[in-house]
Amino acid sequence: MNVKKQFMEGLLTKNPVLVQLLGMCSTLAITTSLFNGIGMGLSVTIILICSNVLISALRKVIPSNIRIAAYIVIIAGFVTIVDLLLQAFLPDLSENLGVFIPLIVVNCIILGRAEAFASKNGVLASALDGLFQGIGYTLTLIVMCVIRELLGAGTFGGGILNGGEGIRLLPEGLPAMQMVMPVGGFLTLGFLIAGSQWLVKRLEKKDKEAAK
Amino acid sequence: MSYIQSLLGILLSAVLTENFILVKFYGICPFMGVSKKMDTALGMGMAVTFVMGIASAATWLVNRFILIPLDLEYMQTVAFILVIASIVQVVEMFLKKSVPALYQALGIYLPLITTNCAVLGAALVNVQKGYDFLQSVVYGVTGGLGFTLAIVLFASIRERVSNAECPKSFEGFPIALISAGLLALAFMGFSGLKIF
Repeated sequence: MNVKKQFMEGLLTKNPVLVQLLGMCSTLAITTSLFNGIGMGLSVTIILICSNVLISALRKVIPSNIRIAAYIVIIAGFVTIVDLLLQAFLPDLSENLGVFIPLIVVNCIILGRAEAFASKNGVLASALDGLFQGIGYTLTLIVMCVIRELLGAGTFGGGILNGGEGIRLLPEGLPAMQMVMPVGGFLTLGFLIAGSQWLVKRLEKKDKEAAK
Repeated sequence: MSYIQSLLGILLSAVLTENFILVKFYGICPFMGVSKKMDTALGMGMAVTFVMGIASAATWLVNRFILIPLDLEYMQTVAFILVIASIVQVVEMFLKKSVPALYQALGIYLPLITTNCAVLGAALVNVQKGYDFLQSVVYGVTGGLGFTLAIVLFASIRERVSNAECPKSFEGFPIALISAGLLALAFMGFSGLKIF
């Protein structure tokens, strides 16, 4: 089993958001403060690992013509568990993320990994795949949050550091609040994907040169 | 505020001020995925509007007459997604049998709608905001119209952008996202718009 390759795939070369372009709704919507980004990223990672493990364990039992329906029910079950846990223990986060927690059900990353990986591979490999893809998603969210929060509000770590206010890096009046509004989400993700395409191409080129 | 006014308010906010895609970010996947051509974008928009109207009505009924009496409100997410998946399936079979022309036109977009967060999002928002039956249906249909408006505008922008030159790393998705950002900037102009 190729753990290192799986890790690199989740992180960069097959990053769920930047390369596979899955799960864009939540990526754009909730990345306005670091707290939201980390919370959403971890929730998705946990659900992704659990659903990958269960689907992989049941892959020989689920008949293939109703598999999508079965996957959705499994995923929806885990999402409900996480939703209720967040409401009970992290009500602030639950309020910030709002309807985007239940919407994890239709987050294509989870269904996509179930269909593309968990339904064909063993339990352990699927768990690792869920973990690495989840980390890739979480890191992307964190990068988006940091950029948008810095340019939009001039702070870092909103919701967690400095009593929830975040550490002020830019003086007031300088940041453009549009960056924490929908516009900023589209623009930031556009530039991030462009950057990752450039990086992936460069890495491929290097690999080819090394192969020669 | 009278009842009709509340309905008009829902319409205005779902289409313009709180546009499903450009402001609330529901349904970005089909928005990015099927917006390369104007006519396919229009087809997708119509399919989504149609399913969202029916799904909003059905999920409201399921919530009011099954989940609430049985104290099973925490099962909303699971119940709603199943309802939506079955509606999409039924609509597909019904159209195939009785309106083959429409089925041909919507064709491949119908099954995709199950995993469109706009449909589930509308169902969940209806519950959160405590809309009654008619308000839910209006919210579902007008939300779909807002989706259609955004995706058609975006497709026409993309058709032009695809002919333009742009830096290599920005080709394809990145430049599309940036165009969407500019479109969202334009829609910000609607915020604060109120007729009543």
